[in-house]
Amino acid sequence: MEKKPYEKVGLTSEEYQRILDILGREPNELELNMYGVMWSEHCSYKNSKPVLKMFPTSGERVLQGPGENAGIVDIGDGLAVVMKIESHNHPSAVEPYQGAATGVGGIVRDIFTMGARPVALLDSLRFGELDNERTKYLFEKVIEGIAGYGNSIGIPTVGGEVYFNDCYRGNPLVNAMCVGLIRHDDIKRGTAAGVGNAVMIVGAFTGRDGIGGASFASAELNEESEENRSPMQVGDPFMEKLLLEACLELFKTGYVVGMQDLGAAGLTSASSETASRGGSGMDIDVALVPRRETGMIPVEVMISESQERMLVIVEKGKEQEVRDIFEKWGLHSAVIGRVTDDGMLTIRENGEVVGRVPAKSLSEDAPVYHREYREPAYYKQLKDLDMESLEMPGDYNDVLVKLLRSPNIASKKWAYRQFDNMVGTCTVVGPGSDAAVIRIRGTGKAIALTTDCNSRYCYLDPGTGGAIAVAEAARNLVCSGAKPLAATDCLNFGNPEKPEVFWQFRLAVSGMSEACRALDTPIISGNVSFYNETDTDAVFPTPVVGMVGLIEDTAHITTQAFKDRGDVIVLLGENGEEAGGSEYLKVIHGLEKGSVPVLDLEREKKVQDCCLELIRNGLVKSAHDCSEGGIAVALAESCISGGKGARVAFEGCGRSDLLLFGETQSRILVTVEEDRLEDLLETAGRLGVSAAVLGRVEDEGLEISVDGQKMIGLSVKELETNWREALQCIMDQ
Amino acid sequence: MRFGVVVFPGSNCDVDCYHALRDVMGQDAEYIWHKADSLDSFDCIVLPGGFSYGDYLRSGAIARFSPVMERVVEFAQSGKPVIGICNGFHVLTEAGLLPGAMLRNRNMKFICDNVYIKVENSGTPFTSLCRDGQVLKVPIAHWDGNYYVDSDTLREMEENNQVVFRYCSPEGHITDESNPNGSLQNIAGVCNREGNVLGMMPHPERCVEEILGGRDGIVIFQSIINYLKGGKAGGKETL
Repeated sequence: MEKKPYEKVGLTSEEYQRILDILGREPNELELNMYGVMWSEHCSYKNSKPVLKMFPTSGERVLQGPGENAGIVDIGDGLAVVMKIESHNHPSAVEPYQGAATGVGGIVRDIFTMGARPVALLDSLRFGELDNERTKYLFEKVIEGIAGYGNSIGIPTVGGEVYFNDCYRGNPLVNAMCVGLIRHDDIKRGTAAGVGNAVMIVGAFTGRDGIGGASFASAELNEESEENRSPMQVGDPFMEKLLLEACLELFKTGYVVGMQDLGAAGLTSASSETASRGGSGMDIDVALVPRRETGMIPVEVMISESQERMLVIVEKGKEQEVRDIFEKWGLHSAVIGRVTDDGMLTIRENGEVVGRVPAKSLSEDAPVYHREYREPAYYKQLKDLDMESLEMPGDYNDVLVKLLRSPNIASKKWAYRQFDNMVGTCTVVGPGSDAAVIRIRGTGKAIALTTDCNSRYCYLDPGTGGAIAVAEAARNLVCSGAKPLAATDCLNFGNPEKPEVFWQFRLAVSGMSEACRALDTPIISGNVSFYNETDTDAVFPTPVVGMVGLIEDTAHITTQAFKDRGDVIVLLGENGEEAGGSEYLKVIHGLEKGSVPVLDLEREKKVQDCCLELIRNGLVKSAHDCSEGGIAVALAESCISGGKGARVAFEGCGRSDLLLFGETQSRILVTVEEDRLEDLLETAGRLGVSAAVLGRVEDEGLEISVDGQKMIGLSVKELETNWREALQCIMDQ
Repeated sequence: MRFGVVVFPGSNCDVDCYHALRDVMGQDAEYIWHKADSLDSFDCIVLPGGFSYGDYLRSGAIARFSPVMERVVEFAQSGKPVIGICNGFHVLTEAGLLPGAMLRNRNMKFICDNVYIKVENSGTPFTSLCRDGQVLKVPIAHWDGNYYVDSDTLREMEENNQVVFRYCSPEGHITDESNPNGSLQNIAGVCNREGNVLGMMPHPERCVEEILGGRDGIVIFQSIINYLKGGKAGGKETL
């Protein structure tokens, strides 16, 4: 059956009726297409909005919460951090190099449109298992795409994460986060105001690439996807670098009223969103938009997603000054219209009106859906884990080595060595530690950055999993010496029209919200990516948390590496006996099930506060969070990073395998010089945090015993080689 | 001393060089826009790293046609020191100020890492404060660092002592394992026959402060300053 015109642009009959009500007439093709892209989930959040209201989004340091191009949080001295994370999953599934590259380009523009200089990039990536050529190809090309774009524009890629699980085989996740620095006085917003002010388009020319990308991102991937897609957006990092420098120079003139990136839904979203935020209207002529293809019709110009373009609202009469700056940087700019006060978005072609709709109706009046939700059948089934049937390991060394070789735990240097993580000369701690650290020039401060999400936990228990993602991000920052300030989130889920998926979504957001409240880290920006499904399955719910923390004094910067022989190793927090959802269970027993680790937010907060106070008092020489692979892997990682050994003894309580490899939350390994140990224990006691002396840093070898029995004895070289070579070996095969 | 840091469209280590010279080394430094037509007030020119013109066509191939490059050639011919780092090295080879060319890294991937280089010629204005054979830990970050030159030219270069740095092990051994990019004979930096133009792939400006993980880059900048102050290249006072 022939699809109705509104169906072709991804709208339902109810949505079409809504448009008829708004306009009081039938929309023409251009108008219908504009509603199609703007009312897609990707642009309108029509399915997620009611749920996202659960997030805490304000706080005394929050200068800009969700709703702008990026969120902003105060770091003192008149300075602020601007940050956001965004997905580019579907483009990366189809064309991994360009998909990842343009993902980086888009998030960088979101940061500098606010007036900030981007100072760091992070990437949170998920792929299928690396047991087939297709997945390896996707992984390889995504990494190259990030390198190709990020390295060229000169923003260091300092951190992130990569996980591998079969659920991502057909639908990898590529989330890019960018962080910028700005003075409070320089903050700009994406607003169009002031009747008669000029609307300019600058940067790359407009072509037919990426037409309807927002709608493409709002449907499941299937065989048709290959056919449906318009030409992919192609990134031009050189153009972006020029645009970045030109825009930052332009802001200094004071002539800019507002600026917005032409991202998803291109000129349609940039024009309607800026007008809508400014409570104004806009009158633009598509014939004035510089193009790189001939014969483009108005609708193509309006929804093209050609990269590296900006919409700039400029004070009337200052157009020439603005042009001159862009010209200096070799960039083209053109006045395409004016700001009006009639609330309408008027589109002309050579002066003749070809479309006219209320600007606000595109950006704010999309329907909001309260989707149905239902507990999936798997939820209770997978909780059931018969511990008795789990065989105890015969050889603990072998288990530790296998875990260190698991691509989820092994060194990711194969990937991050391809990223310029030092350009800008502010990277104090690069990839490979708990969090990346960037110093703030001209101050004694630094910021710490991380992204986190264990999606297996989120699958088994979305609420606890979501909360753990937040808690782990904050814990990683604390381990680097930072106080967590604020978060940005990228919520990657399946099709929200399926009640089971929506159930995951609601619970995950609710769990994250609770943790954000408890840890005082409001969500200041974010992105929702639904429809991450292939013909068969949805991906695990993957609510990635990006977080920033403030290090008041660069002297407090702490890493996970063991430092000196004789330092005492202390565990903050308490060991448990939890197997569910662990990497150990997956790698050694082939199971992805069980109850995920319990998260007690009150205890979590205490452990984090304690660790931070100890660091600030100069007591801590290394700090490392216990996460995937448990305390044994955490010890091994600290040995490897520091090129040191350790001798550690545990008092047994229950199963040794779960003691060593279980992933009980709220635990941090710290080291302290022997003569400061009493101070440390006293502080922990005063703060109500359990602190147990485990052993000492040695020059060579990791030895772990439980109840006097030696369980693990490996040289640091063995640990290091296995951990370092595993991923490289797989990719070289 | 007055250093000029050239800014091409797409340069991205210009700020880092400026910061290293001004804030760390305490020198007078200024940016030079690629369209500048005079370098009269400068004592030393730095061509920084980055992706000039997006590395389109070939690294450095377009930048060498920037108006400022004519002045840089004259500046070099007058005997004053010019240092090209990473992409700046590419530009110098493209401009014919240095021999050789750069191929893509042998693993075909971008490499960002700390590497060790050995000072093979401590008689240049850029290495005069180094010991012969001194090992420096300096980061690299490039796609095209695989230095190549024909064998006749290489022989000439060796005779003239134009190979300034080679990749080496932490102990200073020139081995294939310590060669990150497949560079011919582990070459990491070369100078012209006169010794006043240096190109190097590693980034000394990235290692001038302890907080960034090392200070081995300082000796290179300090050597230039020393040279400009009238200290002879090849003078053996060490830092």
